[in-house]
Amino acid sequence: MSQKSTIPFGPQHPVFPEPIQLRLVLEDEKVVEALPAIGYCHRGLEKLAEKKDFLQDVYLIERICGICSFMHSMNYCQGIEELLGLPVPDRARFLRVIWAEVHRMHSHLLFLGLLADSFGYENLFMQCMRCREDILEVMELTAGNRILLTTCCIGGVRKDIPADQMDQILLALDRVGEQLVDLRNAFSNDYTVKKRLIGVGCLTAAQAHESGAVGPVAKACGVALDLRETGYAAYKELGFKTITETAGDSYARMMVRLRELDQCMELVRKAIQLLPAGPISTPFKGNPTGEVAARIEQPRGELLFFIKGNGTKNLERFRARTPTFANLAPLLQMLPGCQLADVPIIVISIDPCISCTER
Amino acid sequence: MSSLINATPVTTENLLHQVALLKQQGCRLITLTCLDTGDGHEVIYHFAQKYEMIHLRKHVANGGTLISISTIFFCAMIVENEIKDHFGIEVHGLPIDFQGRLVLSENAPRAPMNKRCGMEIDARVPEPASTVVIAPASPPAKEAVPQTPAKGGVA
Amino acid sequence: MKDKVRFDKSPWVVHFNCNSCNGCDIELLACLSPLYDLERFGIVHVGNPKHADVLVVTGSVNYRNARVLKNVYDQMPHPKVVVAMGVCAATGGVFRECYNVLGGVEKVVPVDVFVPGCPSRPEAMMDGILQAAAKLDEKRRNPDVPVAVSTDTVVRLPAPEAARPALPADTASALATPMEKIA
Repeated sequence: MSQKSTIPFGPQHPVFPEPIQLRLVLEDEKVVEALPAIGYCHRGLEKLAEKKDFLQDVYLIERICGICSFMHSMNYCQGIEELLGLPVPDRARFLRVIWAEVHRMHSHLLFLGLLADSFGYENLFMQCMRCREDILEVMELTAGNRILLTTCCIGGVRKDIPADQMDQILLALDRVGEQLVDLRNAFSNDYTVKKRLIGVGCLTAAQAHESGAVGPVAKACGVALDLRETGYAAYKELGFKTITETAGDSYARMMVRLRELDQCMELVRKAIQLLPAGPISTPFKGNPTGEVAARIEQPRGELLFFIKGNGTKNLERFRARTPTFANLAPLLQMLPGCQLADVPIIVISIDPCISCTER
Repeated sequence: MSSLINATPVTTENLLHQVALLKQQGCRLITLTCLDTGDGHEVIYHFAQKYEMIHLRKHVANGGTLISISTIFFCAMIVENEIKDHFGIEVHGLPIDFQGRLVLSENAPRAPMNKRCGMEIDARVPEPASTVVIAPASPPAKEAVPQTPAKGGVA
Repeated sequence: MKDKVRFDKSPWVVHFNCNSCNGCDIELLACLSPLYDLERFGIVHVGNPKHADVLVVTGSVNYRNARVLKNVYDQMPHPKVVVAMGVCAATGGVFRECYNVLGGVEKVVPVDVFVPGCPSRPEAMMDGILQAAAKLDEKRRNPDVPVAVSTDTVVRLPAPEAARPALPADTASALATPMEKIA
């Protein structure tokens, strides 16, 4: 007769790059219940954003998360621009898309590496990280920093990408494309990968909708939910189409990201091709007034910022709902019924970003 | 001051009804936002039907309680616990109640997001145990955090 | 970097993410990647603090993770060194003024090497870890050096209930309202 036992999973765990604790109720090796214990990464950024100047907040909000930092500052800038009624020059919109998609690629490659690492496939982890360095090179070339770009500013972008750098981006994309052929082959056909991922951590489309799943977690169950379809920034001109899978397991979530990598490359190439000439930012005066709910699609899903300005240089309220926060509830639905040994894979398969979640 | 488009004000009585109605229409819950308005709190419920956003706005008076909508959208449970942490609002009917300790630990500042428990007091500074003040009329002067980092004998 | 880096033994590294924004963490992962390859110095990234000689901490200390950081440090065998990676680990960085941030990791564990940057560049990180490894050798050769201990001042701070900043009266009464009394 099996007995129930509760084990704390984390916060310091070899697989997790970040501290999160899951309290798992086990029946032998089977998980029957999971409860998150978060707060190991909570800083109180929302409060600090109210204290700082709304212009300084661009840098602060970029540091919500280092992996998808550009998306955070872009969403914040888009929200403030909406409050100020500020038009963004065409060139800036396209440059934002280029940086955003490059960021998405580095995030997805990091995810693939960590996923491979979570089932002990270290070779594949190293291959992904090597491929990712080409992307980071592009970011360093165009923005001067590898991770926190800080190129987005209210009214446009801070820095232009000259034509010769565009050529280098295209060359880097070609190099990444070559490496992706091997990676795709390994991820989609390898025996180990299939054995560890197929049928692990299943979620149905109804469950995903009900629990508010976003991003690749929702897309992997066939819920076509990608805010890029709404055509913010320059996505309208680029013709974006959501990628979905149907199985809803960890393998499908991995496949969504793998396929999105190709799509990102296409989007960057197309954006470079269609890039209009002109100014890169609009000067502005005044302080934001009113409320806005700004949303964009981050690598992990829908990102919502609620911004309330009161006409002073300080914001009345800044609130961030990051995609991992939304994906916590689906994660709690995936875990019961799985084996303890599969827990790391399932957790990594939602691509958790704890510093986003807790801010 | 312009406010959110289509933010429907709701009351305690019809909140659950409205939320259930939205669920029937196929909406998903994005999140809840709580604001300190000075005379109480305002909770904004953000829903979305595919990409279209729908907002509900609920006023919670000082000392008031919020009803959990987690019976309809279970995922609201986490964010409602977070609101309880950050603003000290009591939420009624939580399926899993973290007792205001979801993101804040036992010795962390309580209800730090409230305007009056603001940064100017520097919520991190512990007051001397003898002065138990209920409502400080004027915030006490900022003190240095008492710290004795035992810089280890490395040398 | 010196042309010849030699250590007595392979320094194994355990990484603990305290309150970091992930920027430093992914750069630390990049250090392990084939481009930078920390492993050529015999440096291995391990998950178990009891296997490790070097503790790499990213991010600042908050009320909840101070205890965990202390636990991780205390579990490591002596001699051990600590590297504070990035500006958050040194002082709290941009988050220094946040209500839940207590400051740099030095408030809990003794730090041997500080690496600057937001986030630190992989080259700086590697240099920091190598300097820490050199310090580790030094400690190993001088067993008389007293063991640097972690402090639990911050872990316990502010300990009693009354020491907390008082809530405004209305919020306090809101907390005290029984569940039956719904508005």
